[in-house]
Amino acid sequence: MTKAKTLFEKIWDAHVVKRQDGHPDALFIDRHFIHEVTSPQAFDGLRKRGIRVFNTQRTTATADHNVPTKDQHLPIKEALSRHQVETLRKNCTEFGVDLYDLGHAFQGIVHIIGPELGLTLPGMTIVCGDSHTSTHGAFGNIAFGIGTSEVEQVLATQCVLQYKPKTMKIEINGALGKGVVAKDIILYIISKLSASGATGYFVEYAGSAIERLSMEARMTICNMSIEMGARGGLIAPDETTFNYIKGRKFAPQGEAFDALVEQWKNLKTDHDSAYDLVIKFDAADIAPMITYGTNPGMGIKVTDRIPTTLELKEISEHASFTKSLEYMGLDAGSSLLGKAIDYVFIGSCTNARMEDLRLVADMVKGKKKAANVEVWVVPGSKQVEEQARKEGLDKIFEAAGFELRSPGCSACLGMNEDKVPAGKYCISTSNRNFEGRQGPKSRTFLASPLSAAAAAITGKVTDVRELL
Amino acid sequence: MKEKFITLTSTAIPLPIENIDTDQIIPARFLKATTREGFGDNLFRDWRYDVAGNPKSDFALNDTRFSGKILVAGKNFGCGSSREHAAWALYDYGFRVIISSFFADIFKNNALNNALLPIQVSDAFLQTTIQQIEKDSTTSLVVDLEKQFVQLGNQQEHFDINPYKKTCMINGYDDIDYLLDLRAEIKEFDLTH
Ligand code: SF4
Repeated sequence: MTKAKTLFEKIWDAHVVKRQDGHPDALFIDRHFIHEVTSPQAFDGLRKRGIRVFNTQRTTATADHNVPTKDQHLPIKEALSRHQVETLRKNCTEFGVDLYDLGHAFQGIVHIIGPELGLTLPGMTIVCGDSHTSTHGAFGNIAFGIGTSEVEQVLATQCVLQYKPKTMKIEINGALGKGVVAKDIILYIISKLSASGATGYFVEYAGSAIERLSMEARMTICNMSIEMGARGGLIAPDETTFNYIKGRKFAPQGEAFDALVEQWKNLKTDHDSAYDLVIKFDAADIAPMITYGTNPGMGIKVTDRIPTTLELKEISEHASFTKSLEYMGLDAGSSLLGKAIDYVFIGSCTNARMEDLRLVADMVKGKKKAANVEVWVVPGSKQVEEQARKEGLDKIFEAAGFELRSPGCSACLGMNEDKVPAGKYCISTSNRNFEGRQGPKSRTFLASPLSAAAAAITGKVTDVRELL
Repeated sequence: MKEKFITLTSTAIPLPIENIDTDQIIPARFLKATTREGFGDNLFRDWRYDVAGNPKSDFALNDTRFSGKILVAGKNFGCGSSREHAAWALYDYGFRVIISSFFADIFKNNALNNALLPIQVSDAFLQTTIQQIEKDSTTSLVVDLEKQFVQLGNQQEHFDINPYKKTCMINGYDDIDYLLDLRAEIKEFDLTH
């Protein structure tokens, strides 16, 4: 009998081209996504060595980090951003890689378009020079972020050299309370495990609370696996997964699809296989969450107080904790409820899919934003934008005083025109609250799209349950 | 071919902050270059300079007491974004070794792929090192990759490194050279999967 394996181990082992003592595994990569920021130096490397892309069919490119979210038909104003997008264009043409460029109907944030186009499938190995590649794991595959040297390895050989990480299972059972959504689940987990608690592990999310989630919600969870240090996160595929994939542009169709579904049904952890670590949570303990500090592990239930230094686990954390609160302009031990905010950003690869936009639209329909806030809704892809307009969400947003923009990473990171000004507070549905992440000296509160929408209406940090 | 790393004796710069993420090491707005060089100028940009672009005298890199090719930093160094630019910036600035009690995975890989040695030490050794450098900034550390230890005064701390990565660093090899040799096997795999 073969050894019982976890889902992660099954997929990993099936992709090892060469295993050699003392060496990392040469892992075959089924799907490689690239974007403009982390690929130019990799293409340069190929040029220097005089080699071509190993298999162009397995690589897909898009422009997302540098793109403006207004007037996308005009040339990018900022010279360096424009240069980076143009370099991607040039590289993709020269090396024969498919590019969903600005203006293309499939353009969008790399981790949103992969699943949307049916390029992301169960059982695959997927990499991208981007830490949130973990998003794709929601489909039951091994997906993780890599550095530019590794992007070059994949372009040149369709493999990366990797050590097999340890495995962790995070099980969440039970029913979620009112106003609690996928983003709250993952912010809750990270607040329990800390920003480094899963380093060295690949996480499998399981349990009845996870099984009931839609694909879009599962992507939100897997997306933020990296925020607790994990290489990635995955969820075993099921009917929800298969139904999502069916009929998507690049997914196998008809009989080929049915045959694959039969194979995908085997993508499950064997009963008696062992994880290196198992952690369980009760869904009923999770409430709407918000972060108060400058790493995603610094999160609390919106109704809780910010901890005091006395409540920290380790003394060595004191200096960093104090520095963080100083940056945020907040007091230890205080409550965030009622804290006035300046910006609301609904977007990013964590929360800019249709379901997120619908959730926000439902919440704000017939209401108006508070006068003190500016609200940006940035769809994750051109397809999401089109669909939102088709469903009339743009009208709802407009009536509420929200601005619906064009797709891109936008205010998730201070790389394009969308920045939160110094000292200002932003409730953001993105994944990182690091110092300066949304622009120099900007201050970020991470929360769910529902909580962000509630804050947009009231102009302050709000317990969304009071508005439901 | 990368720069080879065998031993290093150097003074060090202390940065006793935990969870230093790659957005601090090199903020996103400086990631727009399409080559690997020049990132050192913007290393720790927002901690190093004020909004007007003047150096902040209280930041360790601007503190004239401290210098050297070794950075000694708090737990969970290099978390967050996978940007390899963080490793390039540290290297370009002149660092060859980062000492911390814990490293984020992707950063560790990126560093090793760029002739920058991440050394994970115990909490106790990290604290002693930081205190010692802060007390006497001329303190030198000795790093020996072959024998896998870092030495502070008469205190020696062993560190782990994967034997393959160690060979690569000592000889200046790239992972890509290893993979390129496997191309025939990979082709075969690609066709059958
Ligand atoms: S939306 Fe944010 S986290 Fe996602 S890929 Fe873009 S910059 Fe990275």
